[in-house]
Amino acid sequence: MSKKQRITGAEALIKSLEHAGVDVMFGLPGGCIMPAYDPLLKSSIRHILVRHEQGAGHMAEGYAHVTGRPGVAMVTSGPAATNLVTPLCDAYMDSIPMIAITGQVSTAAIGTDAFQECDTVGITRSITKHNELVMKAQDLPLVVAQAFHIATTGRPGPVLIDVPKDVLINEMDWYWPSEDEVADSLPGYKPTSKGHPRMIKEAARLILQSEKPVLYLGGGVLKAHAAEAVAELQKMINAPVVTTLMARGAFPDSHPMNLGMPGMHGTASAVTAMQKSDLLIALGARFDDRVTGKVAAFAPEAKIIHVDIDPAEQGKVRRPDVPIVGDCRLVVEEIIKAINELTDGGERQADIGAWRSKVSGWKEQFPLTYEPSAPGEALKPQYCLEQLRDSAPEDTILVAGVGQHQMWASQYWRFEKPYTWVNSGGLGTMGFSVPAAIGAKVGQPDKTVWAIDGDGCFQMTAQELVTASLENIPVKIGILNNSYLGMVRQWQELFYDERYSEVYLGSLPDFVKWAEAMGCVGIRVDSPEEVQPAIDKANSINDRPVVVDFRVAELEKVFPMVAAGTSNDDIILPESQRELKGFLK
Amino acid sequence: MSNPQHHILSVLVENRAGVLARVSSLFARRGFNIYSLAVAPTEDPDFSRITIVVDVESAPLEQVVKQLFKLIEVVRISELDPQRSVERELMIATVKAGADNRGQVVELTNIFEGKIIAVGGESMTVSLDGNPEKLDDFEELLRGYGIVEMQRTGRVALPKIDREARTRAPKGKAS
Ligand SMILES: Cc1ncc(C[n+]2csc(CCOP(=O)(O)OP(=O)(O)O)c2C)c(N)n1
Ligand SMILES: [Mg+2]
Repeated sequence: MSKKQRITGAEALIKSLEHAGVDVMFGLPGGCIMPAYDPLLKSSIRHILVRHEQGAGHMAEGYAHVTGRPGVAMVTSGPAATNLVTPLCDAYMDSIPMIAITGQVSTAAIGTDAFQECDTVGITRSITKHNELVMKAQDLPLVVAQAFHIATTGRPGPVLIDVPKDVLINEMDWYWPSEDEVADSLPGYKPTSKGHPRMIKEAARLILQSEKPVLYLGGGVLKAHAAEAVAELQKMINAPVVTTLMARGAFPDSHPMNLGMPGMHGTASAVTAMQKSDLLIALGARFDDRVTGKVAAFAPEAKIIHVDIDPAEQGKVRRPDVPIVGDCRLVVEEIIKAINELTDGGERQADIGAWRSKVSGWKEQFPLTYEPSAPGEALKPQYCLEQLRDSAPEDTILVAGVGQHQMWASQYWRFEKPYTWVNSGGLGTMGFSVPAAIGAKVGQPDKTVWAIDGDGCFQMTAQELVTASLENIPVKIGILNNSYLGMVRQWQELFYDERYSEVYLGSLPDFVKWAEAMGCVGIRVDSPEEVQPAIDKANSINDRPVVVDFRVAELEKVFPMVAAGTSNDDIILPESQRELKGFLK
Repeated sequence: MSNPQHHILSVLVENRAGVLARVSSLFARRGFNIYSLAVAPTEDPDFSRITIVVDVESAPLEQVVKQLFKLIEVVRISELDPQRSVERELMIATVKAGADNRGQVVELTNIFEGKIIAVGGESMTVSLDGNPEKLDDFEELLRGYGIVEMQRTGRVALPKIDREARTRAPKGKAS
């Protein structure tokens, strides 16, 4: 029997985080959470002091994206907790494991509109996988252990722990629960990981019968560490692959059967292959409206195998013919076995040769393309990305904001490895990239981290570069500066008759001066000739953050495009390919 | 009350603060009205059973049920088929009943096997428990006298034991 150790709730909280394996956290102190900041002084956990709590949340997300471990953010009550709302929702939408710790007013003051009180668990209930208001110091270790268990198992997601000040101050008897104790304390939480054997067999049968299969990879492939298994399945059946915005990197772009991103700004070959397919093998994908276009017209002839760890995704948008609830990696491995059993028993895969050559034809005929700038004309954003891509050190992690630049980044980069792409997919959060890049760099300090940001996005969270400078986190930010809220401008041009309303951002600020004021190196690029030298210089700087202000063409549009609510069959191609549209059949 | 769109969900949850708010907010965010709701601890005080009656089409209901099941504190959900369940509800009502018609109200209450709880000069309070449909009938007849105030509990339900109730627990488990 071990002797009881009396410690404060605050000490128990920090000790619990240490026991849960936390090495770094992002946060900013204030009244109610102050007791927890004291034991942090002697903790092994590195704390990164942010400039705005939204930054702490996105940093935690960026960290989680590239490490697979939950990112941790700790902030005070009231306004700090509300500042965390956006990143929590972002993490919830993109299934990012994250732990948020918020201070709360003392238990006796809860519900009295006390200073800096807000109903944090109420506000965050629908944007967290789970949240918990801790009422007793004695409960803290169990709640922390539960939070990590919930955030990282099943479909990952953010968990928030709201801790009143007196709970931090009160004493408790230290303990750390075993894994079994944690599981037993959650009688309603038992995620399925193994797929149903009958369904797996059925999936294998459909795969062998299909003449036009497409592997439709979503973010779940990365969450489940299933990239290798998926590559093996692909090799076995030779099917074309599409990687959604959340799955970029899950399958190498250099593979001839990778058609790239499907959806609203997907490649013509990825979009059309799904439309014409007779079997979509959806792995950790959720039939998002940005992928399906008009649902009633989506992949009309395709049967669906849907592998997802979340039972609520089955049939949410499209009824699957074969629903399989389970961990993507385990299920894909089982499907491979089942296919082997069938082929050992004499069954053979249908001939997909004609399909493969058709798809390859589309890929060749409809590459991503843009009009290069004529001499003297403004710089093209796609050109900047191509140069950045071709000069990027191996294993560079690419982070993006939200807007046109994000779509170009996803389109023009060449993703070869999992966990090299960080972006805000489900929520589409402007301001994500700077802090997410910082979190990613903290998680993978040996890798180069480039963020591609918009001039609009950058202005939402740029102040975190101060954090990056002071904490010595040398990220690189490339702003594709078109002086516009470009994505909205594009929609106004196309769907509102060029009636531009409140999308021009103007010629300010001076991003170079701003970068310098924040302790970064600032570089401005106006012409195509300046692009490569600027990138080389940025890549050579590793002792501080760098901001490159690429002054790009204001009116460039992202293509291809499937307008919201329309059918994927009505994809709008780049101008130079429009007369070839007839070949997409 | 036997509306074809009525669905009765029996939800077994951990008996803890905030659980009801989580459950009800899943209906609220979709704009679904909860018709009635009853909640109390079960035979095991660590767990509560929530009986929810909700009017929705089956397809959106299936999605809510799956989302409900994802809540960490929800242990089990069954949709109860009224044909194979026992349902009970309790109502108390204060009815206008003076010297002239008090006897009629007493008689009506007796026919329904209800109880008389209190009698005043101009009104009386009666209670009735039983099938929700029986309560509907009683309520309708009381209206003729003038209902001053009324409270119904919302139904509670369990599967019948003679035949196994048809339950529709979603396959797979929470994630
Ligand atoms: C917080 C937030 N507000 C508004 C939007 C809507 N929105 C989507 S893209 C976009 C424009 C982004 O502008 P910029 O960062 O300059 O990127 P660009 O499209 O020009 O590349 C806007 C306003 C959003 N996604 N997020
Ligand atoms: Mg812009």
